[in-house]
This record gives sequence, structure tokens and C-alpha cells, in this order.
Amino acid sequence: MAEDNSKTNLPPLSLHVPEPKYRPGDTVDYSDVTIPRAGDQPRPDVNSAPAAMREMVYDMVRVLDDDYKAVGPWDPKLSDDTLLKMLKTMAQVRAFDDRLHRMQRQGKTSFYMKCTGEEATSVAAAMALDSDDMCFPSYRQQGILFVRGYPMVEMINQIFSNREDKLKGRQLPIMYCSRRLGFFSISGNLATQYPQAVGWAMASAAKGDTRIAATWCGEGSTAEGDFHSAMTFATVYNAPIIMNVVNNQWAISSFSGFAGGERTTFAARAAGYGIAGLRVDGNDPLAVYAATQWAAERARTNNGPTLIEHFTYRADAHSTSDDPSAYRSAQEREEWPLGDPITRLKRHLIHRGVWSKEQHEALDKECIEAVKVATKEAEKNGILGHGLHQPFETMFQDVFEEMPWHLKEQSEQANKEREIKWPDAEASK
Amino acid sequence: MNMIEAINSGLDNMMARDDDVVIMGEDVGYFGGVFRATAGLQEKHGKTRCFDTPISECGIIGVAVGMAAYGMRPVPEIQFADYIYPGLDQLVSEAARLRYRSAAEFTSAITVRSPFGGGIFGGQTHSQSPESMFTHVCGLKTVIPSTPYDAKGLLISAIEDNDPVMFFEPKRIYNGPFTGYYDKPVEPWSKFEASEVPEDYYKIPIGKANIVREGEAVTVLAYGTMVHVANAVVEEHGIDAEVIDLRTLVPLDIDTIEESVKKTGRCLIIHEATRTSGFGAELSALVQERCFYHLEAPIERVTGFDTPYPHSLEWAYFPGPVRIGEALDKIVGELTS
Ligand SMILES: Cc1ncc(C[n+]2csc(CCOP(=O)(O)OP(=O)(O)O)c2C)c(N)n1
Repeated sequence: MAEDNSKTNLPPLSLHVPEPKYRPGDTVDYSDVTIPRAGDQPRPDVNSAPAAMREMVYDMVRVLDDDYKAVGPWDPKLSDDTLLKMLKTMAQVRAFDDRLHRMQRQGKTSFYMKCTGEEATSVAAAMALDSDDMCFPSYRQQGILFVRGYPMVEMINQIFSNREDKLKGRQLPIMYCSRRLGFFSISGNLATQYPQAVGWAMASAAKGDTRIAATWCGEGSTAEGDFHSAMTFATVYNAPIIMNVVNNQWAISSFSGFAGGERTTFAARAAGYGIAGLRVDGNDPLAVYAATQWAAERARTNNGPTLIEHFTYRADAHSTSDDPSAYRSAQEREEWPLGDPITRLKRHLIHRGVWSKEQHEALDKECIEAVKVATKEAEKNGILGHGLHQPFETMFQDVFEEMPWHLKEQSEQANKEREIKWPDAEASK
Repeated sequence: MNMIEAINSGLDNMMARDDDVVIMGEDVGYFGGVFRATAGLQEKHGKTRCFDTPISECGIIGVAVGMAAYGMRPVPEIQFADYIYPGLDQLVSEAARLRYRSAAEFTSAITVRSPFGGGIFGGQTHSQSPESMFTHVCGLKTVIPSTPYDAKGLLISAIEDNDPVMFFEPKRIYNGPFTGYYDKPVEPWSKFEASEVPEDYYKIPIGKANIVREGEAVTVLAYGTMVHVANAVVEEHGIDAEVIDLRTLVPLDIDTIEESVKKTGRCLIIHEATRTSGFGAELSALVQERCFYHLEAPIERVTGFDTPYPHSLEWAYFPGPVRIGEALDKIVGELTS
């Protein structure tokens, strides 16, 4: 036992509360961000033991160099066609986001979330998966649906909660679901999809299937218990899964330091669990593709789970309910040292001689036109707040497989109220 | 069979019938569970069908939801109902609502088994009755058996059900019915008819109550351990009571309750869980709404107290014969003498 008065000379303890480097008005200096040279990172065999590749969690896998050439062992050597598809899909996602964001501003729906600047982390990742692998996304992975060919009209129907909304107007806009396309229902509760994805992957393994699972969350969400439970289960049962952490630096107004990002990388979480971890330049679509392909092969060959941190930047607001100028420097986006994923891929393809500025301008126009057409089509089915889109019974369906007496009673009540409250409403049945 | 053996037999039957049924939980595999409910199942059906998990209730339930999304029928065990809380979000926000939010594209056909209730000197953390937390959640079913025969039949129905089911096992009566007299020896299930449990598959439907004792003077609503306590007290006082074992709290068999209360004109509700916002409050409201003009006395509730479960004062806490007798006296006073 220490003596009673042994601490009298010590200064008092102090509490550390993380603070981001820049606030609105500050000049940004990214010189302390270590960005290794593209092509320098080793590419371990897919069956390497996690312990043998521990350095990868602090490094950053990069393929596109400063001249937009693809270099190094991680170059996935994709065909022109594949790369052009990747570029077009990312451009389409961005055009979609821009228009739907504006539709929210016009009052056509309640809410919207863009993935501007993060398109590669879903589009390139989904392209590296098999089409029947199962995705457990968070809310910024609309790119997966674009890769898998989900019609934009269906997405907008969901966003407008209109009468053609496949989810019957029950979910917040952008909380899509498509079992057919291997896109799990999105939850508003952060990180809950992580253990669920691991469970799906475990089931696939238990059944001797060949399909694997992939899941995504933001760096802020890694602080949830679900993330750590999922990591534990994934490592314990060697689940065939890819766990993506999209580190876009900000969780609404809280910088990544509040999720523990000041002290180590998010990829390094993997090391503690003894699973493979990769840190990837998330704005380099080729690096994202290569890392996902590597992790998928690892999972598919019973070499277990991989955690991939995509180092990126949330170029826009968190959602339509957010104003980032209130908490971060405007310069952050402008000077983000990893650039923009679409621009980088575009330059790469121009450099390869298979694309041109003019073609890209035409592509952007095409994408804008395609969303316009889809939006018009979806609007025919109604927008949020205009009309009683779903028959009231649907509110009581799917709580259980069969409707119990108390829900039947409440359903009758709702229909009775409808006649009183909205006597002139056209029955939308 | 006692209740543990009956549950084991139900699980065994379902594992044999359906490859998609898997059991997971802390200590359920090699060892067969701390109450031995899963004993022998790993050996018989294999390590990937019945396996131990990390101590992570959030993980156990979240993983089960994912397995169900794949198409399996996981039966996760939560070692004690008191430990469900770390997994609560996965139940409330995920399992319960997956069917609804995906417009039935995905469902969570999971059965969460968990021993609950007090009377075993388990202290605060091995005695709680949290059922009303789950009955308040839209999309969960809540089932509570009171005999070995019912436990097996209801468990099989729960596993076959395509909705998530909370299956709470009253651990006080795992080995024999309990009359509420802590100072008298408990007789083993082998002495009772309900212990005659067929080895084979059979079902008891979810949502159907059981009238365990017919009568005209008062309707007693109970479930789990309290069914036996109620029966004992009624017999001791020679009251012509109708005792209804609810078996399922959601969906509730309102018809049986309504019919009985209209016949008897009186109603006593009994549960072990704490009183405030307990399931008894819901039952009381329903009976009042539906049977008011038939009631001849106020509805009474006998419950646990609104305190955490005390270790040393367990028998002072437990809603036993004295509390129940007093309530019955209040309702059917002139009949007791
Ligand atoms: C369990 C839970 N807590 C809080 C929220 C509110 N919330 C929504 S998004 C968000 C920030 C998430 O940040 P991050 O995980 O980094 O993802 P990002 O939005 O940056 O893509 C918060 C706190 C929530 N949806 N769920």
C-alpha cells in the first residue's frame, strides 16, 4: 500500500476530450496525413496468416499514382470495359444523389443522404463481389444497388414512399431492401447489420454454400458494441465475410477521434481480433476493387474474415438535416489529399486512351437525363405527403406472418377513422 | 419427463426434422447448457448444429437474425433472462421489425429460449421476469409454458413459427411444480400427469390458453410458475375458481379470457414480475374494456413488488399463497369464510 501522503506533489489528473484539427474558418494543413506512394504496398497471399501481415493495417493500399497510372502488385488489371462500367456507375450514383437531394429540398420527400466522394467504396467493392454474395449495407451504399441493376424508379418510389414503394411506405427514404439483389434491409440503428452479416456468413458456411457476405459501416459506428460482437463472432467461427469500415472522417459533427481514430487506424481493430485487416485509399476505385477481390477470395477459400478500412472523406453534408459548414472548415473538402474517386478514375481512363473529356461531359449529361426520366416516372406514383398512398390495412400487415385479433381490431379502427378524417380521399387500393 | 427433459426432447425432435434448426448460446454445446436443456444435442447432431458462443448477447441475437435471414431457424439460448439486455436492441429494433420493414422479404424465424423467474435464490441477476418488456414490442411473440408437456409442444410450435418468439422457461418449475410453499418439499414432475411427454413430435398451438381448472366463482389469470401457486391456493381455500394458464402472452387468447370473466364476473391476475407496467396491467385493462358490465368486483392483481429481486428476502418478495389468498378474499370474500 502506498503511503497516505505519497501523492501530494503530483499535478491533478486531466481529462482529454478530442478536438478536430480544424473548425470553420481554419486553414487546413494535411501535411501530417501519411499517404504512401501508390504501388509500394505488398500484396500478401490470400491465405497469409493475419499475424504475418500486421503492417497492412497501418499502411494504405493504393493503385493509382499521381499520374493516374495503375501501378504495383495491387493493380487488379481490369479490362477497359470493366473500368468504364465502374466509372459510369459512379457518375450515375452522383447524378442520382444530386437530383434526389434537390427533390428533398423541394419538399418531395422528408430526407436524403448522399455518398458524394465515397462512391468507390460501394461501387468498386460491389463490382469485385459475385452478384449473389450477400450485402448488409449501411445508408451510404446506394452504389451496390446501381451495380446490381436495381431500377432507379424503384429507388425513387421508396424515397417518395409512394404507392409503388415496394416497402409500402414503412421505411425512411434511402433505407432500401432487395432480397433478389442480395441487398439486406437497412436499419436506422447503427451497426446492427454487422453481427447479422456475420450470422448470414456463418449460415452460408454451415450449409456448405459458396456465397459470402459483406457489410459496411461508418468509422463512427465502429464504437458500437455490435461492431465488436461481430468481430468476435467473425474471428471465432472464421466467418466468410468482408467487413468494410468507411472512414469518411466525420460522424455527423463528430470527427473520427471520437471513435478512437486519434490513436490508431480503424483497420488496426482487426489485429486485436487476429483477423486480416487492410487499410485502403477509399478514393482509389482500383485499390478498393483489388482489396475487396483479395478479401473475397480469402473468404471464399475458407481463410476467414477481413476488415477493410476505406480511408475517404465525406465531401458533402451528413444528410439533408445537416449543415457541415457549422462545424468544419470548407477547405477540408477542397484540399482532401486523396482527391475525388470519379475524377481519378476518369483521368486514369483518359490516360489509358479509352476515354475523353468530351465523352465524360456527355456521360454526365446522360446520367442527369436518366435520373430526370426516372424521377418523372416515379412521381406519377405520388410523392411523400401528397395523398394516402397505401391502403391503411398495410400498416398492420407484416407485423406478424398472420394478423392477430388485436391488429385486426386496430386495422378496422384505422379504416373507420379514414372515412371521418379524409371523406373525399380517393381510395388508393 | 421433467420440463428440462421435455425441452431437450422438443429441440432434439426439431433438429432431427429440420437441418435449418441450429442451437447456439453460452455453454450450450459440449456441456449441454447450465440447466442441461441442450444436453447431448451436440453429440447427436454435430458441432455446427449446436454450438457454444462468445459471451455476447448482442452477438448471439444479431448473428441469429442473420442466420434467419439466410433461411435457417436458429434457437439461441440466453443463459438467464436477466442477460437479455445487452442483446435487446437486436431483438427490439431488428428481429421484431425485420418482416415489417422489408415488406416480408426477410423474416427472423428465431426462437429465443431463456430461463426466467425467481424462487431459486438467484439474487437480482438470476431471478427477473422481463416478459412485459417484450410484450410491448410490436412483432415479437411471447410464450411461457407451465408444464413439461406444454413446454415441448409450445417449443416445437415456436421453432416452426416464422416470427421471432421469446420463449421464457420458468426455471423454478424445471424439476417439479411449485405451490408457493417454500418450506414444503417440491414434488418431482414424475408424480404428475403433465410429465407424460411423448418422445415424438407434437405441437401445442401458440395463442391458445389452457383452462386448467373450471369454476364459477372467479377467473384467475396466470402463467408459468404462478399457475401452480394459484391452483394450490384455490384448492386450499376451496374456492370454485376458474384458473386459466395463458401459455402465450402475445398473441393473447382474449376469447377464452373474455368468456370466462363474463361467466364468473370476477377476475384475479397473478404474475411474478414487478407490478408497475407489468403484463397484469394490460390484462386488467383488457378485462375492464371487454367485461365491465359483467364484473361484480374490482379486478385484482397479485404481483412481485416494485423492487429488484432481493437475495435473502426472496420469500418475502415472491407472490405466494398469503398474497394470493388475501386478494381472493377481497374478490370473493363471502365464499372463503
Ligand atoms: C444506434 C444509433 N445511434 C445514433 C444514431 C444517430 N446517427 C445517425 S448517423 C450517425 C453518425 C454515423 O457516423 P458514421 O458511422 O461515421 O457514418 P457516416 O454517416 O459518416 O457515413 C448518428 C450518430 C443512429 N442512427 N443509431
